[in-house]
Amino acid sequence: MKITQKDVEHVALLSRLKLSEEDKDKYTQSLNAILEYMEILNRVDTSSIEPTAHVLPLKNVFREDEAGETLEKELVLANAPDRENGCFRVPRII
Amino acid sequence: MRKGENVLSLTGLTAYKLSELLRKREISSTELTEQHLELINALEGKINAFVTVTGEDAIKQAREIDKRRARGEELPSLAGIPAALKDNMCTKGVKTTCSSEILYNFVPPYDATVVEKLRAAGTVMMGKCNMDEFAMGSSTENSGFAPTKNPHDLRAVPGGSSGGSAAAVAAGEVVFSLGSDTGGSIRQPASFCGVIGLKPTYGYVSRYGLIAFASSLDQIGPFTRDMTDCALVMNAIFGHDSKDSTSAPVEAPDFTGYLKDDVKGLKIGIPKEYMQSGIDQQVAAYVKKAIEKLEELGAFCEEVSLPHTEYALPAYYIIAPAEASSNLARYDGVRYGLRVEADDTISMFNETRSRGFGEEVKRRIMLGTYALSSGYYDAYYLKALKIRTLVKQDFDEAFAKFDCLLTPTSPTPAFDFGEKADDPLSMYMSDICTIPVNLAGIPALSLPFDTVDGRPVGLQLIGKAFDEGTLLRVAYTLEQNTDLTRPKPDLEGGAAE
Repeated sequence: MKITQKDVEHVALLSRLKLSEEDKDKYTQSLNAILEYMEILNRVDTSSIEPTAHVLPLKNVFREDEAGETLEKELVLANAPDRENGCFRVPRII
Repeated sequence: MRKGENVLSLTGLTAYKLSELLRKREISSTELTEQHLELINALEGKINAFVTVTGEDAIKQAREIDKRRARGEELPSLAGIPAALKDNMCTKGVKTTCSSEILYNFVPPYDATVVEKLRAAGTVMMGKCNMDEFAMGSSTENSGFAPTKNPHDLRAVPGGSSGGSAAAVAAGEVVFSLGSDTGGSIRQPASFCGVIGLKPTYGYVSRYGLIAFASSLDQIGPFTRDMTDCALVMNAIFGHDSKDSTSAPVEAPDFTGYLKDDVKGLKIGIPKEYMQSGIDQQVAAYVKKAIEKLEELGAFCEEVSLPHTEYALPAYYIIAPAEASSNLARYDGVRYGLRVEADDTISMFNETRSRGFGEEVKRRIMLGTYALSSGYYDAYYLKALKIRTLVKQDFDEAFAKFDCLLTPTSPTPAFDFGEKADDPLSMYMSDICTIPVNLAGIPALSLPFDTVDGRPVGLQLIGKAFDEGTLLRVAYTLEQNTDLTRPKPDLEGGAAE
């Protein structure tokens, strides 16, 4: 076993997902099967290989610091599940 | 439409033929659009290619194009042509769901760059196509709403994740569509549905307004009925965009210039690793048939080895979920989409995400979070990025000798519903021929070639970065010189469920 149910609970916490007991069991099994399959990567010696995060040789992209068009506030807030005084409203935090 | 007359059927034709009829004003965009909407109404109960059909809007756009044409305006070649978009491309004022409960009501306040470009080209937008939730899947069975069926055989999946976009073109509901491809999500459904699908070089098409799955792999590309249409849609959507910081500073050529019936002297590599494990014997036979044809036409074909091919799939299933776990962190019930109310904010996040995401999306978020988490980062994520280097080097070496590569698009024809749904790993394997291409960021297309038991089979052509032209040339030559089976969808029979 690569990961235990406890690991799955920890990863779910980090991912902000709430899992039922049945889910935990199911994900422990399927994630183990996937992670075991990934073991084949260890057959490859990568000690002298540079990682590739991105295929394009991109540099920082700069532009003039000038205000362009922005979205209308009303349009942006239109999708909000809850709002108040031009802000997104969430449950009490403190 | 002229009632009572013998009305010419305008569905199932190519954009360039329709464009000619529109230009000569033998047909109007309004009647063209109406006929496609009628077909959509007739077929959607069986196929379910769409999440949203925007019929009224489409008719308005078509009338506007007809008016402009009547005024004598010269219009672009895609003007007045009915098309559809995968439902992960933002459309101003039109719901964009990613086939997910968590975005069930999201109405974007802006258009994706590709949408802006198609609007500027006068394309008539017919609606938004179904997909695997957040583009994670290979069958549309992971759609948060309902799966799409393969128009060629309703028992078969259309492929995924852009299954709705592929099925809509295959069924004749639209003339062309756009999909997105992170690990094969354009090419595999194109193969399963018997249409052309192209994944461009990473950075060649703007991702602005494409809802992100794995940002270093995602690309938007077209589904079309033939290679000429493919080049026309490429002309409309390719090119640099300052709104996408990963957009390549490259001028797009006129791609129709590459539609040449000539492969003489071209060197085509056949990667032997793609012809091995798990490949359907008939699919392998079709690849061989294509090789013979290309040689007969003057191309030079030879086997080549891409030794790290088998490591591409596991590396992909670390990199893509890792990027996804970060990209999907934004769905928290605060600014848009679903919110499940709770007493405190953290519980609201948890409840919203647990209800809003489907099983596979949750699996990938957790897999990615695990691969990036403290203590596992080097063993999984960093390891996968190094494998990515090796996969890319394999292609670089092959392209030092060859102009392009030929492989199957998928190891098998379309599989049945339920066949792989309970086994994530076996579902992942159906993208084994397409995934290495995304890791290397190079272009590839799937060309329909033949069928197995009525189910289409596509060939994949893989090219050098920014050399889509060679792919167009080879695919066009095959199209002109073979009796490519362009199976007509069988929607009368085969409706067994």
